[in-house]
Amino acid sequence: MLEIKNLHATVEGKEILKGLSLSIKPGEVHAIMGPNGAGKSTLGYTLAGRDGYEVTDGSVEFDGKDLFALEPHERAAAGLFLGLQYPVEIPGVSNLTFLRTALNSQRKLRGEPEVSAADFLRLIREKAKELGLDAEMLKRAVNVGFSGGEKKRNEMVQMAVLSPKLAVLDETDSGLDIDALKVVSQGINAIRGPDRAILLITHYQRLLDYVVPDYVHVLANGRIVKTGDKSLALELEREGYATVAA
Amino acid sequence: MTAPFTLPSKHEEAWRYSDLKALEAAMMLPDAADAPVSEALSLRDGETLALPLEISAGRASVSHSIAVAANATATLSESFKGGGWLNPATTIHVGEGASLTHHIGQMRDEAAITTARYDVEVAKNATYRVHIFNTGGQLGRVELDIRIHTGASVDLGGVLLADGTQTIELVTRFHHIAPDATSRQTVRSVANGKATVSYLGKIVISEGSQRIDAEQSSKALLLARTATANAKPELEIYANEVKCAHGATVGELDKRALFYLATRGVDPAEAKALLTEAFVADAIEPIEDEALRDAFTEASAARLREMVRGPQAKGPQAEELQDTGAGA
Repeated sequence: MLEIKNLHATVEGKEILKGLSLSIKPGEVHAIMGPNGAGKSTLGYTLAGRDGYEVTDGSVEFDGKDLFALEPHERAAAGLFLGLQYPVEIPGVSNLTFLRTALNSQRKLRGEPEVSAADFLRLIREKAKELGLDAEMLKRAVNVGFSGGEKKRNEMVQMAVLSPKLAVLDETDSGLDIDALKVVSQGINAIRGPDRAILLITHYQRLLDYVVPDYVHVLANGRIVKTGDKSLALELEREGYATVAA
Repeated sequence: MTAPFTLPSKHEEAWRYSDLKALEAAMMLPDAADAPVSEALSLRDGETLALPLEISAGRASVSHSIAVAANATATLSESFKGGGWLNPATTIHVGEGASLTHHIGQMRDEAAITTARYDVEVAKNATYRVHIFNTGGQLGRVELDIRIHTGASVDLGGVLLADGTQTIELVTRFHHIAPDATSRQTVRSVANGKATVSYLGKIVISEGSQRIDAEQSSKALLLARTATANAKPELEIYANEVKCAHGATVGELDKRALFYLATRGVDPAEAKALLTEAFVADAIEPIEDEALRDAFTEASAARLREMVRGPQAKGPQAEELQDTGAGA
């Protein structure tokens, strides 16, 4: 589903990813862990196509297509979802308008019919309820006045509604208390399936107690230096990045 | 009819950002064949007056005078259309305890020149709400002089949208000439291409006009680095017991929000449209009449979509063609 080969990327002229390779098959859950500054967020932003993240070498194939030939919104329509570490506040645009526009934009690009207002409301209310987000909050502006936990729940509601093939979740667990962490994990587990894949980018292993990955990778200095199963995460937690990644 | 108009100079504060070249050319135009006739009108309780102002070409000045009876609640809805140079000067008197809702929609043709002036007297305990949608023509200028009496309240919402080489401007002078009154101004401007939007807002609180609560908020959004936004708030306060708040900002669309929308699958033009519509909403939301508010929202959304998608996608037809292309 995702084939990253020898990826090099720079931000403001500085090389952050230095030959990263990673292969993700449908149905798999991968976790990328690493110390601060290893390039974890850069990987997410580069895959999603953020301005200023320049690919200088290597390739990424997503679902058989050259990912970098697609505009950011086309990548989303092709099934890529990036969960942000810091979800953006958008004053004046309600969550309902935001998500309905997103869903219908994606469907239009894929040549699918738009979802009616009634069907959309049913869908989003159901997902919000499952993820413990107050339905009243859906009427409010996107993330404005939301607590850290509410913002992350909102990301999960968006993911559930958009139903991506590959979810790249950038520190979705950061800043969450244990209850919110459980809800967010439940959201991630809910989209697991034989046709989907998940890439968790995280600093701590505690999320991996709830979302058990098939593979754990250690990212250090812009490339993957070690790959193992979930026990690698525990090893990292115990002994620290410096020892394990050395 | 000859226009009672001499060409202003850039040295005059109220005209310093204007398009005087366009105005100078307009002064050479012949008199319009279909010039409207000046009228004195009065509005009684419950009345709604729709006042279309339109000429096809040439130039025309018109002076309406409108009086709202004491304690009456009325609505005045003006729409400016057509081409040429339209130069209306309107005096409005909102009687004691009366309430007037005034809608000004300036949606004239591409090459049109509009210079609309209003002299408004808001009598004791009266309420005047004015909503301005200013977007048409080469030069679109709306100027309001408002005198506010004891206990009166004035609420102004303005949306200025300009593209291409347009100059769209709003000039207000709020004179608080008596105590215990309130005024609020919310202006949102969006400029694209090489266009200019200007808002010059002056508040004068005269001596003895105590306990005035005046507020002015002006925000401008530039969709292109080649566009210009001018904001000139001016306060002259001669009383000591007043509240007078003002704020003016000029900015660009939030890049993080645009990226966020893109990661969710929203194409760049649609994302810009969503964000600019949200931006101007502050100036539209206070409109109490739902039908009026919806019409205002729709008109500005349509214009903003045209601006962010470019001239090739003007009508719904063109938009559909684009959609088919993207979906294929």
